[in-house]
Amino acid sequence: MKHLLSINDLGADGINEVCRLADLFTEVSQRPIPKVPALRGKTVAMLFYEDSTRTRLSFEVAARRLSADVMGFSVSSSSVNKGESVRDTVNTISAMGPDALVVRHRSAGVPHQVTGWTSAGVINAGDGWHEHPTQALLDCYTIRDRLGSVAGRRIVILGDIKHSRVARSCVMAFTSLGAKVTLVAPPTLLPPAVDSWPVDVSFSLDAVLSDCDVVYGLRVQHERQAEALLPSLREYTAQWGLTVDRAARLPVGALVMHPGPVNRGVEIAPEVLDQPNATLNEQVRHGVAVRMAVLYLLLAADPDLHPEGEAS
Amino acid sequence: MSTVIKGGLVIDQTGERTADVVVDDGRIVAVGTDLSGDEILDASGCVVAPGFVDLHAHLRQPGAEEAETIETGSWAAIRGGFSAVVAMPNTNPPIDCAAVVQEVLALGAKAPCDVYTSGAITVERKGAQLAPMAEMAELGVRLFTDDGNGVQEAGLMRRAMEYAAGLGVILAQHCEVDSLAAGGHMHEGEWSSRLGIPGVPAEAEELMVMRDIALSRFTGAPVHFQHLSTRGSIAMVRAARQAGVAVTAEAATHHFTLTDEDCASYDPVFKVNPPLRPADDRDAVREGLADGAVDAIATDHAPHTMDAKERPFDQAPPGMLGLETALALALTELNLPVAEVVGLLSWRPAAIAGLKGVHGGPIVPDAPANLCVFDPQETWTVDPHDTASRSRNNPYAERTVRGRVRHTIVGGQTVLVDQVMRP
Ligand SMILES: [Zn+2]
Repeated sequence: MKHLLSINDLGADGINEVCRLADLFTEVSQRPIPKVPALRGKTVAMLFYEDSTRTRLSFEVAARRLSADVMGFSVSSSSVNKGESVRDTVNTISAMGPDALVVRHRSAGVPHQVTGWTSAGVINAGDGWHEHPTQALLDCYTIRDRLGSVAGRRIVILGDIKHSRVARSCVMAFTSLGAKVTLVAPPTLLPPAVDSWPVDVSFSLDAVLSDCDVVYGLRVQHERQAEALLPSLREYTAQWGLTVDRAARLPVGALVMHPGPVNRGVEIAPEVLDQPNATLNEQVRHGVAVRMAVLYLLLAADPDLHPEGEAS
Repeated sequence: MSTVIKGGLVIDQTGERTADVVVDDGRIVAVGTDLSGDEILDASGCVVAPGFVDLHAHLRQPGAEEAETIETGSWAAIRGGFSAVVAMPNTNPPIDCAAVVQEVLALGAKAPCDVYTSGAITVERKGAQLAPMAEMAELGVRLFTDDGNGVQEAGLMRRAMEYAAGLGVILAQHCEVDSLAAGGHMHEGEWSSRLGIPGVPAEAEELMVMRDIALSRFTGAPVHFQHLSTRGSIAMVRAARQAGVAVTAEAATHHFTLTDEDCASYDPVFKVNPPLRPADDRDAVREGLADGAVDAIATDHAPHTMDAKERPFDQAPPGMLGLETALALALTELNLPVAEVVGLLSWRPAAIAGLKGVHGGPIVPDAPANLCVFDPQETWTVDPHDTASRSRNNPYAERTVRGRVRHTIVGGQTVLVDQVMRP
């Protein structure tokens, strides 16, 4: 595999392989010196057109723990403002010889376009409403870690699915691993042609709450009110918010997940986030090991090599 | 100096016959067997047809000469077998008054094909105030459109239709309800959902088609629908024609060739407005062209610079080239008799553009010599770099197609010989 643009590039086997590698890298991360030389001599360039401190940091930490060099490129502050095209920027960065480009952009498809302009591998770190594959991978890893497996789990994805790249990647990842996914949202926040997605749909959170293993909340942004997609955030919270009352009706052991950052009090009550079944911090922690696994899969000369074997 | 086109199958609205055609001093002077002339153009195995007429070309001048000029766009037309094009008014400044019409016509007079221009329906194509249609009509403008935009306001469209009918000109509508289409970049459906690209529903087009059919019935004024792209639009136009409403329609080459699935590459070369639709709509466009619900094939030739088409999909401008590939795609994709394809490209659009008797045949002595000779069997592979256009946004790269223009004659001048331009 040269690029990771979509969860479809991996399939179930690929996701399982990422999780297996992430187990090994979790162990590495717990060492006193959490570093292996697996990608020594490789360079990973960060091309973030959209501010995302947590994703960017997670990739940078992952690359450094594998001993790769990291090339930061602060696009939003420099060349873009001077009107430089994505292609020009990619050409400039490519001239410095990176092995992988980690690309985040507000427009769907930019990572696909970038593959045509560079010989480096391209990792999609989030493109518009399209996909955010490493987020879905760390979510699979988190569910597997907590519940033993993703297969057979009943997962509710709740909130603004239409505008969510995380939702698209998660639906593909969860269903390809054999989970049963139900989307819950007001109809205006569902994607078009949702009947073509491999999911069930419900407009009522209360109807599905007592019968699931995971509630995966998505951020609901204030703009949705102005776009006439929602009457008000207050009404949204009343109907679709994961309030304390609703959380109390979840089956024992059911997880509360969220990709962050959370609009506290809108999609999830702050108290619910502090409960032991909320996994937000674990998701962030697992992000590093999972991104190490992805970088390793894409860049290691011999992907079958066990990282411990190389540890110095 | 006379020119004889030897040994071709002559096709026009009166039928087909094998004949030589002699052209002299701008006119066809003889059609028959064993004719001779000073210059000989070989047409054996080829069709000799009326020069094609494109109802819908964006020539980008004035204002966007980096993408196309009237001259380069006209040469692309010539390579595609077109002897006449109707320029769209979404230039900068827009073609919305006599002064800009005169500028375009002056540039067009030096171009190798006949360049007609449309005029805007409303001032600056903003949909608020009627443009001075009478002063533009006096300069010969026969077709008015705000193309790029639809006229949003029903009351204004009604007045425009009434006013245009009095001038004997036709209104052409780019059907798109902005409040449904706003923010969309491809067809709204399964593919937009998967790709995470904001969509434009078919209903954005269909609602305006529905409204303008009602207004045409109400006012009695004719209306021409540009680049229809959905099954619903075509069904409504078919029914309206049967009911005697004065509507005509065109379909763009890409809407019977490509589908929304092509956008899965995220290559903005596939971004166009109206957007590429699912296969069922593409099939409906083919059916409409076959059964007469749709009158004409238009190219919607829309050049854009490489820079513009390398932007992210949702930031790139819509539009694709079409003049040089229209005939081949029609012959390859439509599965229609050659004569019907010729009609869709020549006499039928000529009638809509008010060019009857000048373009679109018939091929008879004394008629103006606007002709195209093409080989209906030659297969070739589309190469975006092999073009007369200033732009390269050709979505058919590496596609093998059938049917190739050999010679084009405009006003008696042979401007294309064996695909070689003769300035
Ligand atoms: Zn248009």
